[in-house]
Amino acid sequence: MSVISLKEPEVAIREVRLGSITGFEGTAGELVQCARTGKLQDNARQFSQCMGCSSGNAFCQLSMIQDAVVVNHAPVGCAGDVFGFNFVYRVGQMERNLPPVIGRYFNTNIEEQDTIFGATQKLEDTIREAYTRVKPKAIFITTSCASGIIGDDVEGVANALTEELGIPVVACFCEGFKSKIWTTGFDSAYHAIVRKIVKPPLKKSNKVNIINFWGSHIFDDLLKPLGYEPDYIVPFSTVGQLERISEAVATIQVCPTLGSYLGAALEQVYGVPEIKAPPAYGLRGTDNWLRELGRVLDREDQIETLINKEHARVLPLLGDYRKQLEGKTAYITAGAAHGHALIALLRELGMTVQGAAIFHHDPLYDNGDTASDALAHAVNTYGDIANYNVCNKQAYELVNILNRVRPDIMIARHGGMTLWGAKLGIPTLLIGDEHFSFGYQGLLNYAERILETLDNKEFVTNLAKHSTMPYTKWWLEQNPFHFLGRNVHVEVY
Amino acid sequence: MSKYIEQPRYSCALGAQQSVVAIKRAVPILHAGPGCSGKISSLIGQGEGYAGGNTIPCTNASEADIVYGGEGKLRTVIDGAFQVIDADLYVVLTGCTSDIVGDDVGSVTGEYQEQGKPIVYAETGGFKSNNYVSHEVVIKAIIDQYVDCYKQAGKKTKGLVNVFSTIPYQDPYWNGNLEELKRILSGIGLTVNILFGADSGGVEEWKTIPEAEFNLVVSAWAGLGIAKHLEEKYGTPYFHFPYLPVGGLETSKFLRQVAEFTGADKEKTEAFIRSEEEKFYMHIERTADFMLEFRYGIPRRFYSLLDASYAIGFAKYLLNELGIIPARQYIIDDTPEAFQEAIREQFHRISDQRSAEVRFIVDAGAIQQEIRQDAHKHRSLILGSGWERDLAKEIGADLLILSVPVSYRLVLNCGYTGYRGGLRVIEDIYDRVLDTYR
Repeated sequence: MSVISLKEPEVAIREVRLGSITGFEGTAGELVQCARTGKLQDNARQFSQCMGCSSGNAFCQLSMIQDAVVVNHAPVGCAGDVFGFNFVYRVGQMERNLPPVIGRYFNTNIEEQDTIFGATQKLEDTIREAYTRVKPKAIFITTSCASGIIGDDVEGVANALTEELGIPVVACFCEGFKSKIWTTGFDSAYHAIVRKIVKPPLKKSNKVNIINFWGSHIFDDLLKPLGYEPDYIVPFSTVGQLERISEAVATIQVCPTLGSYLGAALEQVYGVPEIKAPPAYGLRGTDNWLRELGRVLDREDQIETLINKEHARVLPLLGDYRKQLEGKTAYITAGAAHGHALIALLRELGMTVQGAAIFHHDPLYDNGDTASDALAHAVNTYGDIANYNVCNKQAYELVNILNRVRPDIMIARHGGMTLWGAKLGIPTLLIGDEHFSFGYQGLLNYAERILETLDNKEFVTNLAKHSTMPYTKWWLEQNPFHFLGRNVHVEVY
Repeated sequence: MSKYIEQPRYSCALGAQQSVVAIKRAVPILHAGPGCSGKISSLIGQGEGYAGGNTIPCTNASEADIVYGGEGKLRTVIDGAFQVIDADLYVVLTGCTSDIVGDDVGSVTGEYQEQGKPIVYAETGGFKSNNYVSHEVVIKAIIDQYVDCYKQAGKKTKGLVNVFSTIPYQDPYWNGNLEELKRILSGIGLTVNILFGADSGGVEEWKTIPEAEFNLVVSAWAGLGIAKHLEEKYGTPYFHFPYLPVGGLETSKFLRQVAEFTGADKEKTEAFIRSEEEKFYMHIERTADFMLEFRYGIPRRFYSLLDASYAIGFAKYLLNELGIIPARQYIIDDTPEAFQEAIREQFHRISDQRSAEVRFIVDAGAIQQEIRQDAHKHRSLILGSGWERDLAKEIGADLLILSVPVSYRLVLNCGYTGYRGGLRVIEDIYDRVLDTYR
């Protein structure tokens, strides 16, 4: 279990804190086994393609707090992703009937002379201007490779400006070079929030924290009849709302890779229990998760009634889908935890999972509880998965594998990967809303979408016919893990 | 003065990775942090292209590379790139991490160049400049380290011109714009090295850069350095047309000036202009009654939040050929001091009777505040980016998105340059205007 310390400005990266890795080939069972016995070793790659970095993931969580501002202390290129998040923010406003506003994001524009003389003055000026323009309730500072290497005292500036402006000005340390696991950026954002925004509880509320991205509000129908109110965090929350998440009765995670640190921090620091069962994907996964929720919320009888009712509704429909999907093959690429959930879900639908490329692996989450191990759950419930590859968005490995495996469908959870299925003529499905497949209804939703995708081959077939392939013939004939584990360079772990 | 930016509209020096992606069968190799490439593609890369986006090889700088240097890792990634990626040209680009730490990327790349591999490098650490400036740096690097190896001493090809114009991907309509430039220049009898995009000839075309008789720079300032460099290096004279020619008047003016400079056949030039103008003005004339009579309101003045090349080109066209009056014009491309006066001068004499006010501001959050404070008595038009959606609604303006981030449009080969581009401008402005009615 990682010990949460709010005294430190920075949270340790996942590689150090959790022993997480980004390179592995084998079966899912072997990976779980290695992780449990402490034998997990990272395999670096000798050849690599561009990944993501922590600063993007930190920004992802901080950029949609409705009354906060983000100052990105970096050269202007580091703010290249801000409009993408602004777009997501605005789509979410439509879905939530909120008035249209743009995200207020500032970049300090670190330039050459700043790398010699430091850029803290620029940072201060930017924060003051952001405050004048927006009058936010809080300002978050996200750092960059450049600000980190030149050694700017960002924490010092944040503290001084907190005094001066009378609002929390919070440093979030998320330099890209520090970690190969970009989800470390989630931890950085949450550390900043728990450290400087969340206040000690004054009372217990009837709220349940739901750590999510910007998914649909599917928890309303579940929690309200039980007498609880969902509090969707962190995107679309307000600073005032975040101040009080310590008062909640429990924390739900839609994806432990996302919420690992926040869930554990709220439990360790403020005693808010975290629902530790893997998220509710698949029939048995949903049963488990609901029972754990019932136990923590003290609503066990009502949950049993709900489970029975939902089984009666869903099972006949599920039988139909299973008949249609029986024997269809799938390959999955996704982030950890959600990828594990998808594996469980597809098998529940009777499909054959031929393999998976999952972005990283956390042996355990911050709560240190084996009950949260979603991959172990998938393996124990549905059997081992061959060709389980931990691969941080290395498209060249994926193309090589897909070219061999040729599944009936490729399922992707993140952008940038679908093209490679389609170029090979493989129907490819990407679902952005992680709540879409949650719970019993989610299983049916997913089955429907898979059938639609399998049925729609025209586009990919034609695209494959007219596509070029930037990968060499030589490469496509190599073992897909040719470059894995041959790195001779010094690593931090 | 601080240069903080709310709502960025360009990238850092490393943004020139997109200039490489725009060359057929070329691939950038990044010696940079893990997130850099994705952030650049996110702002200025709609679609992966051949080997952009997630295909781009990268060393993904780690803490160890900062402490111990990253040259060894760069070597293995270059080795891998040659094996895995099927490309004609590999361009190593450095990020902040490498440039601050001081890796000797030149000597690593040099090892491969000595073996005759098609590889070049450029220092593009994000903090060094922006992608308007580093576009030049990267192009010069390709010419000096690669193209130059293929030059045939003294060989010049009559009528061959290199075109350095709008910056691929930073200009979301680059592909369409370059296609039209090539089409009209070919129309007056020139042979055109357009160098980027669907209508270019890949590295084989690049190899003929030294043979060109002339270089044409069609841009306010970005790219001028390339032409100067080529003048020194190969003695190639260059002609500078300081904005994008849009519509009938400016495109004809552009072609006549180019013909004059290059000595292109006068008759052929005039015949081409005649035939193009005939078509262009036929469409305008055909719909002039509609434009004059549409009773529910069309924009009467326009704000621009654009780079200098676009801003001047559009202002001339909108005013002189469509009768929409320029309100304040904002140049957001961080134009270097030395070029600002010439741009001011262009706006000062934007038509025979009128001058327009121009400001150079990179912080578009401040620009939006200024525009909000104006009295908005009449319907106006904003030429800007996706950031202007709410501003446009608030002040009752129509918005034509010409600058990144474009997010609300998907761009294939749409272009706004030349005769065809001019017509497209009208279609797109009216498309937005008419779409506001229920």
